[in-house]
Amino acid sequence: MNLETFREFWLYRELVYFLAWRDVKVRYKQTVLGVLWAIIQPLFTMVIFTLLFGGLAKISTDGIPGPIFYLSALVPWTYFSSTVGNAGMSLVSNSGLLTKIYFPRIILPAAAALSGLIDFLIGTVFLGGFVLYYGVPLGANLLLWPALVVLLVLLALGLGIFFAALNVKYRDVKYALPFLIQLLMFATPIIYPVSMIPDRFRWLLALNPLSGLIETFRWLVAPSRPIDWNLLGFSVAITGILFVVGLAYFHSTERTMADIV
Amino acid sequence: MPRSLEVQTLSKRYRLGRIQHHQMLREQIVELIKHPFGRRATEAESIWALRDVSFEVDEGEVVGIIGRNGAGKSTLLKILSKITYPTSGKVKVKGRVASLLEVGTGFHEELTGRENVYLNGSILGMRKREVDERLDAIVAFSGVEQFIDTPIKRYSSGMRLRLGFAVAAHLEPDVLIVDEVLAVGDAGFQKKCIATMEGLRKGGRTVLFVSHNLAAVENLCSRGIWIDAGKIRMDGGVTDAIKGYMGSFVDEQVSGSDLSGTENRLGTGEIRYTRLEYLGTDGTPCAMTRSGDALVLRFHFHADKPIREPSFGFRLYTEMGTLITETYHRLLGIHIPKVEPGDGYIDAEIESLNLVPGRYALSLWITAPGGTPVYDGDVRASLEVEVADVYRSGRMLDSRSGLVYFPQRWNITKV
Repeated sequence: MNLETFREFWLYRELVYFLAWRDVKVRYKQTVLGVLWAIIQPLFTMVIFTLLFGGLAKISTDGIPGPIFYLSALVPWTYFSSTVGNAGMSLVSNSGLLTKIYFPRIILPAAAALSGLIDFLIGTVFLGGFVLYYGVPLGANLLLWPALVVLLVLLALGLGIFFAALNVKYRDVKYALPFLIQLLMFATPIIYPVSMIPDRFRWLLALNPLSGLIETFRWLVAPSRPIDWNLLGFSVAITGILFVVGLAYFHSTERTMADIV
Repeated sequence: MPRSLEVQTLSKRYRLGRIQHHQMLREQIVELIKHPFGRRATEAESIWALRDVSFEVDEGEVVGIIGRNGAGKSTLLKILSKITYPTSGKVKVKGRVASLLEVGTGFHEELTGRENVYLNGSILGMRKREVDERLDAIVAFSGVEQFIDTPIKRYSSGMRLRLGFAVAAHLEPDVLIVDEVLAVGDAGFQKKCIATMEGLRKGGRTVLFVSHNLAAVENLCSRGIWIDAGKIRMDGGVTDAIKGYMGSFVDEQVSGSDLSGTENRLGTGEIRYTRLEYLGTDGTPCAMTRSGDALVLRFHFHADKPIREPSFGFRLYTEMGTLITETYHRLLGIHIPKVEPGDGYIDAEIESLNLVPGRYALSLWITAPGGTPVYDGDVRASLEVEVADVYRSGRMLDSRSGLVYFPQRWNITKV
């Protein structure tokens, strides 16, 4: 990896935009509900979570209203899971492009990460509606939001490019990835708050970079307790490592992709 | 003339296992257990698609690259357009390269023609600003103005092709690499393609052109590079290169060709052609074939194991490589359920060989139904057609009469 790699990516930046634009345009074409699907998915998940985990299982929501507790975690989680999945499949599903034309290969997973942001923003606005409805006081902590989004994108993209490159060589990824993502959801404080985890197991939770990230996203709209800087610190560090490792692996396989895809 | 492109001792090796099936983690693990001390890709498991290829191209040159299927032409183009990387060697290119290995790369069915112009242009390396500027010209050139805001899933294949080519034609690259786009599309489209490339040449752009349409190569290119089995066999004037290439098709045989030794044939080899015989309708070998004669082509083959539903066929080319016809028994509704191991032959009876005198090339193949796998392919043989008084008028046909002749009758009672 060198300066040339980055310069080239910059030259092709418009292609990221066009491929993301294609994904968004195509995603809801010929559907009746169109972009509403971006809301329906987290909405119904939230309703089920509220009924099942909040109502039936009586899992604590740290005193936060159920819809806000679940939705504030589901919106970033949905972005993460769909981006890792789409980016992971991006090279294989665009193999026609890969074998016919040159462009920096990383453009494909990057476009997947960009196009997912549309649904993420729609989900965020939707969450905003609930926040206003419940009259949650908002404060200066919202200034942290852009930084959290950048962290979320880097984490999803870092894993996405790693799996995308791996998928070119080993098609096992196609089967393993949805399963891994499903498991990861339970290892992430989405249906439960971090406060439920006994102190001696906290370090285990901190190994999952999503923990600090999702917890802080939740903290933005429900600052019921002080922010856990330790957990967020781990998130930032692990995200950084995953992104660099993902990028390095991607770069090392880039030359042979068109031959083996 | 300033140099536009420099290729230095370029080689590309493919590992056979890697391109034949997708890798499974399990296979790798099994392999690791079987051969714990490493038995990685040996020479036998890899093929050199290109070996020590070097050449230079000046600005404004139009170079035709010719060769058989599998000779390495496409690999060369892919390396030049950076899609794949060479195993060794170097490529130096001056300026912007655009490669057109396919028309309409990245087109999406659900998007409109206009949206696809932006998408495709962007994939081919155009900036949005550039597409904005050239949009009107692209749409006009494509001739699909009326449907430009219709999703292209409603387009005919011809319309798609024209739209894709219209984008490519407005790329304005310094070096254009074109692979076989002429193989698709009707005569009008081909004309447009050739006119565009002609325009590029006049504008001082460098063009590398691969095609099996040797007539187009000859018209368009000043220089020809003939690639055979991954190496440059000839690099020079386009006519010489084409003659040399077509010469490789021709074997010196009168009543038949021994095919067992033909080099560079394709296919997996479970069943192979061994010999081609030219016979008269009475079954005797014919020493001479003339225009209008009846002819039996007897294809001898050898199968190593039982083959189900094989398909035998051949292509007939002129000496300059223009495809005259391709035919096979399935086209006539004749199926061969099974071929037993051992030797056998199959006859194709031609009622009247309506070819003008000259030398022709045959390329024989055997495949499974549907075309893959190819058991045997690109097996070369030649056919010499002698002058005959086909119209019984005392006037002989020659190569100036075209490629074929139609038996005909003229009615002049109303003159």
